[in-house]
Amino acid sequence: MEAHNRWFILLTIFFALLLAVMPLPTNWLWFRPAFCALLVIFWTTRMPQELGVGFAWMVGLVEDLVTGSTLGAHALALAVLAYFSLLTYRRTRAFNPGQQLMWVFVLVGIHQLLGNWVHSLAGKPVPGLTFLWPALTTALLWPLVTPWLHVMASRLQIR
Amino acid sequence: MLGAVATALILINIYTDWLDPVRERLSSLSAPFYWLTDTPSRVGGWAGEQLRTRDELLEENSRLQHQVMLLEQQTQLLAAVRAENTQLKELMNSAESVDQRVLVAQVIGVSPDPLEHVVIIDKGRSDGLRQGTAIMDASGLLGQVIEAGNISSRVLLITDANHALPVQVLRNSVRAVAEGTGDLYRLKLRHLANTSDIREGDLLLSSGLGGRFPAGYPVGEVTAVKRDPGRAFADVDVQPRGRMNRSRFVLAVIDQESGESGLEPGFDAELDEVLDSAPAPQD
Repeated sequence: MEAHNRWFILLTIFFALLLAVMPLPTNWLWFRPAFCALLVIFWTTRMPQELGVGFAWMVGLVEDLVTGSTLGAHALALAVLAYFSLLTYRRTRAFNPGQQLMWVFVLVGIHQLLGNWVHSLAGKPVPGLTFLWPALTTALLWPLVTPWLHVMASRLQIR
Repeated sequence: MLGAVATALILINIYTDWLDPVRERLSSLSAPFYWLTDTPSRVGGWAGEQLRTRDELLEENSRLQHQVMLLEQQTQLLAAVRAENTQLKELMNSAESVDQRVLVAQVIGVSPDPLEHVVIIDKGRSDGLRQGTAIMDASGLLGQVIEAGNISSRVLLITDANHALPVQVLRNSVRAVAEGTGDLYRLKLRHLANTSDIREGDLLLSSGLGGRFPAGYPVGEVTAVKRDPGRAFADVDVQPRGRMNRSRFVLAVIDQESGESGLEPGFDAELDEVLDSAPAPQD
């Protein structure tokens, strides 16, 4: 593990945060993938020894601040997500792409569920199961993004 | 452990306002993100302005000149009306209305959460904005500042499902409360008796009750009134006047007391000038 290449992790998180607040047409807002959740799954699966629940928690707190959501909502969701991801990282690595996609859907679904719980606690009306759309789009994004991330991470010798 | 901390944070955040100062302090951290994601549209706007033909500019120029003439004419009327208003208020011994200053701000971001109608503007505490500062655009009231950071603020739009504001019908001063519905083009009037005198096309102004919003700014227009005899209250739909999701430039209305920092006296000073040059009201 070369410590000086850790900036790449922060860079990916930075871009995820940018994408998380990027303006979108109102109707598309429901489908915005949970970029930070995707990255947390990716990095905890790739280097479970270094990055853990604390890392995810910090990322979540920063995301809360940036997106202006209830402080702690993303922190909680991402911490739980990282916990499950760390429990299963060996299996996730061994999965074929299709299985990985489904597993990501389940993980991000849990993440969305927690976010939705906070939403309803804050008294915001939550229409049906629409909150699960990001889980689907994130899962579909997974096979497109992760090969590229793996290549970059290997080239930078983040391991 | 971290989960417990996060849950505690969530609960504190939802049920108390202890964390508000922290959030306001830390919002300078989030402003750059919105500023960055806004860059493409800013570049687009800049390019749109630079790459225009001479004819278009000439046309726009003449159009704007016409508009200025019309507005100036209206301002002259306004000066007279204002003088008269002051005089009448003096006659009635009522309190002088608070002078307001207006500051132009730019929308730099929209909240990523589809459940809340919040926009981020590029003016904050350092420009005199405070929590509760009213925000409007050229056609009507938009919302209020809920979090004033140092250089940016979050504005809750009046159409947000958690927002309500006191309004008044222009025609007959019937008071009501306009609630957001979560739909950008619709407000609802709450608890308005079936028998109250309100009809389609009525213009609603902010009434100034509650002290949050300045009085007399247009809020919306009544689009539908449904009276069901079986129910105590009428169903009144209102279309907001302000262009909720289209305004790029917005106006922050700052009360003079709170806006002590070096603001440009722009709008008001000009109006006073016109007022001074207008003939003094006869006693």
